[in-house]
Amino acid sequence: MHDNIFKINDKEFLLPGNRSCQGCGLSLAYRFILKALRENTIVAIPPSCLCVLHGLYPTASVIIPAINCTFAGNAASASGIVAALKALDKPDITVLALSGDGGTYDIGIQSLSGAAERNTDFIFACYDNEAYMNTGTQRSGATPMGAITTTTPLLTKREKKKDFIKIMEAHDLPYLATVSPSYPMDLYEKFVKAKRIKGTRYMHIDTPCPPGWGYAAKDTIKIGKLAIETGISILFEIEKGKLRLTGRSETIAKKGKKLPVVHYVERQTRFKKMSMEQLSQLQSSVDDRWNEYVGRAEL
Amino acid sequence: MSHCELITGNEAAAYAVKLVKPHVIAAYPITPQTSLSEKISLYIESGEIKAEYVTVESEHSAMTVLISASTMGARTFTATSANGLLYMHEQLHWAAGSRLPIVMCCVNRGVGAPWSIFNDQQDSFSQRDAGWIQMYCRNNQEIIDTVIQAYRIAEEVYIPVMVCYDGFILSHTMMPVEIPEESLVQEFLPPYTPHTEISPESPKTVNPVFFPWRRENHEGVLCDGYMEKRYKLQDALLHSADIIRRTNRDFAAMFGRDWGGMTWEYRTDDADIFIVGMGSLAMEATVAADELRRGGIRAGVLGIRVFRPFPCREVADALRGARAIIVFEKCVSYGQTGGFSTDLKAALYGTGITAPLHNYVAGLGGRDVKARELTEAVEGSLTAIDGGDGEHKTVWLNCFTG
Ligand SMILES: Cc1ncc(C[n+]2csc(CCOP(=O)(O)OP(=O)(O)O)c2C)c(N)n1
Ligand code: SF4
Ligand SMILES: [Mg+2]
Repeated sequence: MHDNIFKINDKEFLLPGNRSCQGCGLSLAYRFILKALRENTIVAIPPSCLCVLHGLYPTASVIIPAINCTFAGNAASASGIVAALKALDKPDITVLALSGDGGTYDIGIQSLSGAAERNTDFIFACYDNEAYMNTGTQRSGATPMGAITTTTPLLTKREKKKDFIKIMEAHDLPYLATVSPSYPMDLYEKFVKAKRIKGTRYMHIDTPCPPGWGYAAKDTIKIGKLAIETGISILFEIEKGKLRLTGRSETIAKKGKKLPVVHYVERQTRFKKMSMEQLSQLQSSVDDRWNEYVGRAEL
Repeated sequence: MSHCELITGNEAAAYAVKLVKPHVIAAYPITPQTSLSEKISLYIESGEIKAEYVTVESEHSAMTVLISASTMGARTFTATSANGLLYMHEQLHWAAGSRLPIVMCCVNRGVGAPWSIFNDQQDSFSQRDAGWIQMYCRNNQEIIDTVIQAYRIAEEVYIPVMVCYDGFILSHTMMPVEIPEESLVQEFLPPYTPHTEISPESPKTVNPVFFPWRRENHEGVLCDGYMEKRYKLQDALLHSADIIRRTNRDFAAMFGRDWGGMTWEYRTDDADIFIVGMGSLAMEATVAADELRRGGIRAGVLGIRVFRPFPCREVADALRGARAIIVFEKCVSYGQTGGFSTDLKAALYGTGITAPLHNYVAGLGGRDVKARELTEAVEGSLTAIDGGDGEHKTVWLNCFTG
């Protein structure tokens, strides 16, 4: 592990002045992803905040080649890039498909599952900001129970968040990892590692979003950290079927104490209508999941 | 040396694919396209085609794979039918808007609901406005020749081409086909150069969000807005007619077969009764024209080879002397009239051609249409027209309309 942030590639591929919101968890994550993957990378982009972040024609905020595609097909679009690179004999280029949770859990699941089943040689990264943010915070399959969105405005989302990471794990991938922009070194390391592995690699990015989640832009790092501290999100990697907790999650599992989820929930206005019953349901499902992963990690 | 084989329409298309040597193929099975994708799988696994074959999980993904592969500079191929084509709909627009020279065979089939696996042309007709060139074949020889031509046209004008041919009637029917010589095909078809270089040395964001107005780039140069981009597609599509005509002439010079360019004609020199159609139905109409001539009617056939761009010039030239225009068509513009005749009437407006036009919607969902029935339909129309009825008229042929 890099113990020091100054060891991270100092080249910037995401230029200042991009079109994401102040405090955007995605732009933070993307900055470190590109640093880890470096020049020889091509990105496939679906309609999402990422598409907007890249800029309006004819200007772009990213100095990595990128191809926009339609919403349902990000993994297929990446498959086409991979196939062309192979057919045209251009090796050593990493293909990254980066999708929001909508482009992953919902409309993009078919093409992603197909590409993963074919073990397409690419990295699929989902930045999970837990709603359709680009269109104004509508619910997605990734929205947690109890959250207000513009399509669950009064009653909050009544269904649980889909366990998408498990769905991807069931594809028996060579590499799967979860990351958070609040822990850039962990994120960087995992993308550096993913770059070296062949086949379909799935990366899940817990992505705080100030306007969508309802907190001040200055608190993105704090919110991302609280997600880990409470066990709502767990940092781990699965390589050849073996699960390993990493970074702060590993530390908490070994000697720390995980915080109650209320510390995370109370700081975000999207949860302001959450009932006590939903809160205790969230706590118990987070506890169950935490115990399961800690158990699997064989510390 | 070229040689002759007895093959189906799907085999002819697969042969053409082998000859044009695409880099990336992606396809998803659907009747009646299936035997084409199976044949290509065989060629791939036996090493006769050296391409990346992506066995996608849907037609939407098939077209998506080709879109990014073509953007990267790969020559690409896919094929589909009916609901598979409709499932690609979003991507058809994306491919044309991206100006990618993708070539696709559409093995024409009726669309659901209700289900039909049999032939008509509603599938490709319903994708008329996606910005693709659409070419229709009348026999298996034309299929192999048109697929080869399609690559040259597409790669010259940067517009995707749909090569359409009738399901089962052509796709599963054997005909003798002359296989073009590989070296000549290579000579006819120069290598594909993409319009935009995508590489780490030249980092670009392709197809980002466009705003309604034009915007300056970092050097202060005013660049296209959405509407300029769209105008350029329309302009290129209209101009592609010249390229299609020229490609057909060059092909004829090299391979000895002339398919007519935008349209083809049969016994029209002295004709005053014009039968108009696309694909195998128009071919069948040539038999009807012979029969009508035996009965003293000076009938000829105007076959539509290219439906988009619409062959306005050819159609107006050919129909100049028509006393009656009889259209047979396998597609409907629901709420209007026959799909093709709607466009034909629009193209004739202002040309001074005022002959009565009867259109027959025929053969939907594979309903059989015999040459004799075409003959009788024309005779019926002529009785009305000669009796002084100059109205346009639509009939659903062989259909119980109660
Ligand atoms: C086929 C299709 N349906 C709907 C849309 C509208 N749309 C654009 S972005 C988006 C939401 C994206 O959500 P997500 O993938 O979570 O990314 P985020 O916006 O949160 O970054 C939607 C619904 C579209 N572009 N295409
Ligand atoms: S809405 Fe959220 S994810 Fe989208 S740009 Fe703004 S902060 Fe980033
Ligand atoms: Mg989202």
